[in-house]
Amino acid sequence: MISSKPTTQRSFEGWILVIPALLLLALVFAYPIARAFWLSLFTENLGTRLQPVFAGLGNFGRMAGDGRFWQSLQNTGVFTLLSVTLEMLLGTTIALVLNQSFRGRGALRAIVLLPWALPTAVMALAWTWIFNDQYGVLNDVLLRLGLVHSSINWLGEPSLAMLSLVVADVWKTTPFISIILLAGLQSISPDLYEAHAIDGASPWQSFRKITLPLLMPQILIALVFRFAQAFGLFDLVQVMTGGGPGGSTETVSLYIYATIMRYLDFGYGAALVVVTFSLLVTVVSLAARLLRKSANLLLSDE
Amino acid sequence: MTRLELQNLNKVYSPQSIPVKNLSLSVEEGEFLTLLGPSGCGKSTILRLIAGLESPTAGQIRIGDREVSKLRAGDRNIAMVFQSYALYPHMTVYENIASGLKLRKMPAREIQQRVTEVSWVLGLEEFLQRKPGQLSGGQRQRVAVGRALVRRPDVFLLDEPLSNLDALLRERVRAELKQLFESQRSPVVYVTHDQTEAMTLSTKVAVLSNGFLQQLDSPQQIYNYPINQFVASFVGSPQMNLIPVVCQGQYALLGTSKIPLPAMTMIPPQVILGIRPEQVRLASEGQPTTVQGQVFLVENLGMHNLLSVRVAGSPGETSAAPIMLRALLPADQPWRESVSLVLPPEAIHWFDGQTGGRLGDGSS
Repeated sequence: MISSKPTTQRSFEGWILVIPALLLLALVFAYPIARAFWLSLFTENLGTRLQPVFAGLGNFGRMAGDGRFWQSLQNTGVFTLLSVTLEMLLGTTIALVLNQSFRGRGALRAIVLLPWALPTAVMALAWTWIFNDQYGVLNDVLLRLGLVHSSINWLGEPSLAMLSLVVADVWKTTPFISIILLAGLQSISPDLYEAHAIDGASPWQSFRKITLPLLMPQILIALVFRFAQAFGLFDLVQVMTGGGPGGSTETVSLYIYATIMRYLDFGYGAALVVVTFSLLVTVVSLAARLLRKSANLLLSDE
Repeated sequence: MTRLELQNLNKVYSPQSIPVKNLSLSVEEGEFLTLLGPSGCGKSTILRLIAGLESPTAGQIRIGDREVSKLRAGDRNIAMVFQSYALYPHMTVYENIASGLKLRKMPAREIQQRVTEVSWVLGLEEFLQRKPGQLSGGQRQRVAVGRALVRRPDVFLLDEPLSNLDALLRERVRAELKQLFESQRSPVVYVTHDQTEAMTLSTKVAVLSNGFLQQLDSPQQIYNYPINQFVASFVGSPQMNLIPVVCQGQYALLGTSKIPLPAMTMIPPQVILGIRPEQVRLASEGQPTTVQGQVFLVENLGMHNLLSVRVAGSPGETSAAPIMLRALLPADQPWRESVSLVLPPEAIHWFDGQTGGRLGDGSS
């Protein structure tokens, strides 16, 4: 019988079985991460003829005084905050609507998901045209309605360009949040709302006391996903503004890309990656802890 | 004084689906009314109409002297126990019980006092800080009852509150519920498809079928004088024997025996004889009105044996669907393959085979 084998041999067999998976993980995750950390301690750019020269924490010191880095970090932060907030608000509203029963709900649910299914580069191109200052449909509509008197250069003004990016991103990823939240809403028993109504609650009170707390796991999952994606935003900006005008929409990933691929500054690029990575991991692990807590709130230890 | 009254209540979803048809009934203070019927008879819909979770197509719902059918569920001052219990999973037992009071802005001290009192009555004190997920089925059920009791509502509504419990626990909780609701005065409306619950708990039972009220009476009356064939077949376990019989003059023929019909102005073309298995007896020597038959199936119920007897001398004796009579005998009473059964005349119910209505009793 298998179970009569000594424990050491059993655990040895276990290790053998997981080794392929561990190797794979080491190859695609552990090694690149470790390599980036290592590289961040060196200066390796055109100035050193692409040879690594040990620099200690020099790269990080340089980063502290790098205005462009702080600008890009701020851009990323503003974009993340604006887009994720709007997406959560809109996504929740849409999910609540889609959770009601009405004719054509199934079809509407499918349609709502469409923007999410489009490749970012494609829809970014479309939005670039929508926001085009001369031929864009947005300016056309605004002019015809008489809301503006001259065309607006949406992608040419720093704050408008950021706003345009947010709008495009909200359009694309709100469905994702809606669908996650809708799944959460559907797992809440209608009995709870009825019991709460009999207890004397108004719909708004039920939303706050029943829907929100019971939806918290899904809200946190959606937030974590969206935060990670928004923080690493690259393709949308690359296609729509290229980081412009004047670096006003340059995100951290765009800056890292430029540092490494255009300026061939590998050491400094690695240091940028290390800092961004650490920020991201901190926030995500905080959220994961919250998630566990909110899950514990519901699940028993039966 | 609170009293619940339904007047000509109707609920129509579509012309094919009318779960409540012209229902009028009242539940007085201190009364416990059970709505009893098979699934789909409209009993849950009636409860939801009273609760305000659905609005009636026509008719009135009065609680005391208030017409409540246009009021929101929360303004009717009713409390309901759900089949699923509908406990708020993210709140502690204390918060679950206190929820209705908090929403009504009751002072915290009074809430505390009431919750403590109710949890003491229900034996929930040690669980107050737990979440529903950490409780057993029976404990959850008690929390659901506690959430209703603490409100001291004008009317209690209970929707199959025992159906999620296992058989043993159900019996215990049933007794607890009976005690609990006997100690207070608000009218109770209880929905179930379980006739044992209906019989044991209620002061009044409303038997429903297909949206119509069939009979509204005390459990005893319903058991002893079912108003029609449906009520007769639905109430009582094992089910009442309902046998179509041929009539000859003032007698019905069952097998070889002639059973006198009750006094009637006119004998309908089809007559059904009904007798409960527990009232069928084994004949002792030389008794007159007996039915002969062959035992072909015995079901041992522990305290009793349920005998299925093929009636001798009936036209269908040799066919695929012979006339069958079931008799419930005490377990220690011996019988032979070939039995003579007595049907005590006072235990026989007569029904019109076409309308299902009760015959005799001077009614028709």
